[in-house]
Amino acid sequence: MTDVQLVELTVNGERHDLAIPPRRTLADVLRHDLGLTGTHLGCEHGICGACTVLVDGAPARACLLFAAQVENAAIRTVESLAGPDGELSDLQRCFGEHHGLQCGFCTPGFLMLAEGYLAEEPDASRDEIREVVASNLCRCTGYETIVDAVDDCASRRRAALQAALDTVPATAATRPDSGSTT
Amino acid sequence: MGEPSLRRDGAWVGASVPRREDPRLLTGRGRFVDDITLPRMLHAAFVRSTEAHALLTSVDLTEARQVPGVVAAFDAADLGLGDITALLDRPAEEFAPTAMPVLARDRVRFAGEPVAIVLATDPYAAEDGVEAALVELEPLTPVVTEAAALAAAGPPVHDEAPGNVLVDVSLFATEGIDGIFGEAHTVVTVEARTGRQNALPLETRGVVADWDDRDEQLIVRTCTQVPHQVRTVLARCAGLDERQVRVTVPDMGGGFGQKCVVGREEIAAAAAARLLRRPVKWIEDRREALTAGFLAREQHYTARAAFSGDGEILALDADIVCDMGAYSCYPFTAGIEPLMASAEMPSVYRVPAYRVRGRAVTTNKAPTAPYRGVSRPQYVMVMERLMERAARELGLDALDVRRRNLITEFPYRGINNVTYDPGSYLESLDLCERVLREEGWPGRALDDGRVLGIGYACFSERTGYGSGAFAQRKMQVVPGFDISQITMDLDGTVSVTTGTLSHGQSHETTFAQIVADRLGIGYDKVKIVQGDTDRITYGWGSFASRSVTIGGSAAAAAAVKLGDQLRALAAHLAGVDVDSCELDGDGGVRAGDRTLPFTELADVAYLRAHLLPKDVGPGLTATASFDVGGDGTFSNATHGCVVALDPGTGGVEILRYVCVEDCGVAIHPRVVEGQARGGIAQGIAGALFEQVTYDELGQPLAPSFMEYKVPTAAEIPDVRIEHLETPCAFTANGAKGAGEGGTIGAPAAVLNAVNDALRGTGVELDSTPLARADLYAALNREAS
Ligand code: FES
Ligand code: FES
Repeated sequence: MTDVQLVELTVNGERHDLAIPPRRTLADVLRHDLGLTGTHLGCEHGICGACTVLVDGAPARACLLFAAQVENAAIRTVESLAGPDGELSDLQRCFGEHHGLQCGFCTPGFLMLAEGYLAEEPDASRDEIREVVASNLCRCTGYETIVDAVDDCASRRRAALQAALDTVPATAATRPDSGSTT
Repeated sequence: MGEPSLRRDGAWVGASVPRREDPRLLTGRGRFVDDITLPRMLHAAFVRSTEAHALLTSVDLTEARQVPGVVAAFDAADLGLGDITALLDRPAEEFAPTAMPVLARDRVRFAGEPVAIVLATDPYAAEDGVEAALVELEPLTPVVTEAAALAAAGPPVHDEAPGNVLVDVSLFATEGIDGIFGEAHTVVTVEARTGRQNALPLETRGVVADWDDRDEQLIVRTCTQVPHQVRTVLARCAGLDERQVRVTVPDMGGGFGQKCVVGREEIAAAAAARLLRRPVKWIEDRREALTAGFLAREQHYTARAAFSGDGEILALDADIVCDMGAYSCYPFTAGIEPLMASAEMPSVYRVPAYRVRGRAVTTNKAPTAPYRGVSRPQYVMVMERLMERAARELGLDALDVRRRNLITEFPYRGINNVTYDPGSYLESLDLCERVLREEGWPGRALDDGRVLGIGYACFSERTGYGSGAFAQRKMQVVPGFDISQITMDLDGTVSVTTGTLSHGQSHETTFAQIVADRLGIGYDKVKIVQGDTDRITYGWGSFASRSVTIGGSAAAAAAVKLGDQLRALAAHLAGVDVDSCELDGDGGVRAGDRTLPFTELADVAYLRAHLLPKDVGPGLTATASFDVGGDGTFSNATHGCVVALDPGTGGVEILRYVCVEDCGVAIHPRVVEGQARGGIAQGIAGALFEQVTYDELGQPLAPSFMEYKVPTAAEIPDVRIEHLETPCAFTANGAKGAGEGGTIGAPAAVLNAVNDALRGTGVELDSTPLARADLYAALNREAS
């Protein structure tokens, strides 16, 4: 099992050339070859979701993927959420404000799960959010505050979008893609 | 109460300020043990027993050592370590001492027991090495159930305990108790079993150990709640001086008790690092965690209670058997569960006569350790079932029966020789009932054919303990006190050490709040130093909800001492009497008509020491210790739970959960609520979902999350939390512990709710986890 394969990965917008054994999981490559240790491993068999990352925008379990499988995909990890200066994203801030984390071990997985889901379903109801949050395990929080955090982030995003639309001058309102810069 | 908070308006204590842990944890910059990588690091994997009980006739690692990437492989003889032994000071008829070898020697006692350690350049290769190891085992008849253990028919688990009983104590036996039972109006019985559970921190156990030649020290970064105890065990097993071992703890992804005992794998990996003079990492995988991690909770109660015709409890008699698995854990021993249950079973009720026998039996299953709540989830469940059953037999309201028996006058000295700290036992019950009633439960009809049930649980939990309370257990190693050291730097900011350790409870925030109030500085000006045996004098770590009660009190006391130093220095510099000096609540000392900022005082203490008074040395540092007085502190709560039972499937849905808790002064109310919610989720897990099971040969039947069902957001309800506040007289902040209550109350509340839904079926269920099949059968039998 010492065969080595050349693999090209795009992670958080950055290209990496790797020489790795084909059996190496995406999670191990992210954590140990690229040093992106924010992605956590809680079970390595696809149930806990602590290793959730985005693969082409959709949440995926990094422990169930071999790195070699996702060569042509765009991969995002928790390290991509905050700004380069460390400024937290709206979703991260919501987790903090709602006490959606305690030990923080499950948190990157929940953040990436929610990030991917809200991008797809910005209108999600609290019940739908709860159902999606049920894909991952947390042993500390009892989940309610995680659901609250994601729900709050979704409503803030909707409100921000609405506010943006409301400030668009009447003549431009029919062309939402032109947007508003305020 | 101890020293009052400097800011009486509670500037920091009592405020749910942003958590200082959050920014790093939210950005993936937390540092957990598996995030640590050192140059030349090797990865460890363990060869484990495939049998539950067997003689270990040979371990052949020759082929394992040939596997590409494998650097070394050691069995017990190669490592040559002493055993891990935890002892009670009790006579032979009460306690059988047994040892836990670091790696199995001669004999294996559970499926999954570590037999050898393989070290390789990457973890995949280490596992390949494990595959290539040859272990010969000569199977013995395994002892799998508590009944088989007590029958002692086959070979015993430990030769030192031929009857498989490690602890057998009868702590209380009121004289004349049989007469009370004989004459009582009503006697009710509950026989209950509770399933074996895994505390299941999401981060599994793990260690990165390295020998440092410069310090001649084994540096062990490990995922533990008790770093100093790991140091002691490692030093003793490996024949090192205590100073030759430094245990540090990085960020920790939960512990819940599983990590408050010393694990053999962390000792083996550290010893391998020393032998090889190379860093060694071991990260437990989930399968290991589920089959060989420390477990808990498997208990069997046979309890009787005598009642008067109007629902007053007259006597309690209980026989408690705890299945502790294959080994006694360090430092608590296999006595942890039976001793806790025996000492505290009367719970929140005035029990005038009490007899109890508590036993720890050993079986060929993974060993056990404390798990959040320790025995209290079980005995509270049994007590609450006894109350319900008495009410039903006497035709009384179950809440009235509780009210009749609750302790209402404090301090109360119980039949168990424990003095209860004042609490709000009655008030919490009243409030919990009122909240549910006002929300419209249980009147709401369900139109989907499901049956509604509502259940309550009243309990208190001793928290913190302290040396006095732990000494009563007669452990040879007695936890209790804590020590804090505080140092102010030149810029007026401080660092405070604590011997306690956060694994999710926000010490960096809550301890900073406590200290900030004492000194009158911002909580962001306080750094908490935890989890490093080289920097912390001595500590007992975090368990038994002791962090804020004991550790927080020590930190508060150290801060007060430092404040006194600052006042004395200011008095000297200003030429006024020290009694006229006070901290100004804004980072300075008012001395006469001057205000001296801490920065100015620190400047003198460090940079211009010639200005110090003659009898005062340079620097600004103070140390204080704290040990809780009395019999410990007591938090209390009432939980109320509403369930819907589906007669078509036997499924239980929890519709509403209310928790009225009283942990005294809440340092950070959101953190307290978080502890309650998380605890309740774990309690519900034990009531409805989680169970570690074995087949008749002792093979684990739940080795992955496919079989071991951990509840998700779909199963855990939203929880309404109401706070009551009965400040504690024994701690510096008026705080009691808050870590375990959720887990203690939930199984009883859920079980009572389910039984309420079963009323009229003639079936009452007293054991957990509740099986769907039992519920289905109960709901679908003809009402009797
Ligand atoms: S670690 Fe990937 S799902 Fe648990
Ligand atoms: S916050 Fe600890 S596992 Fe979720």
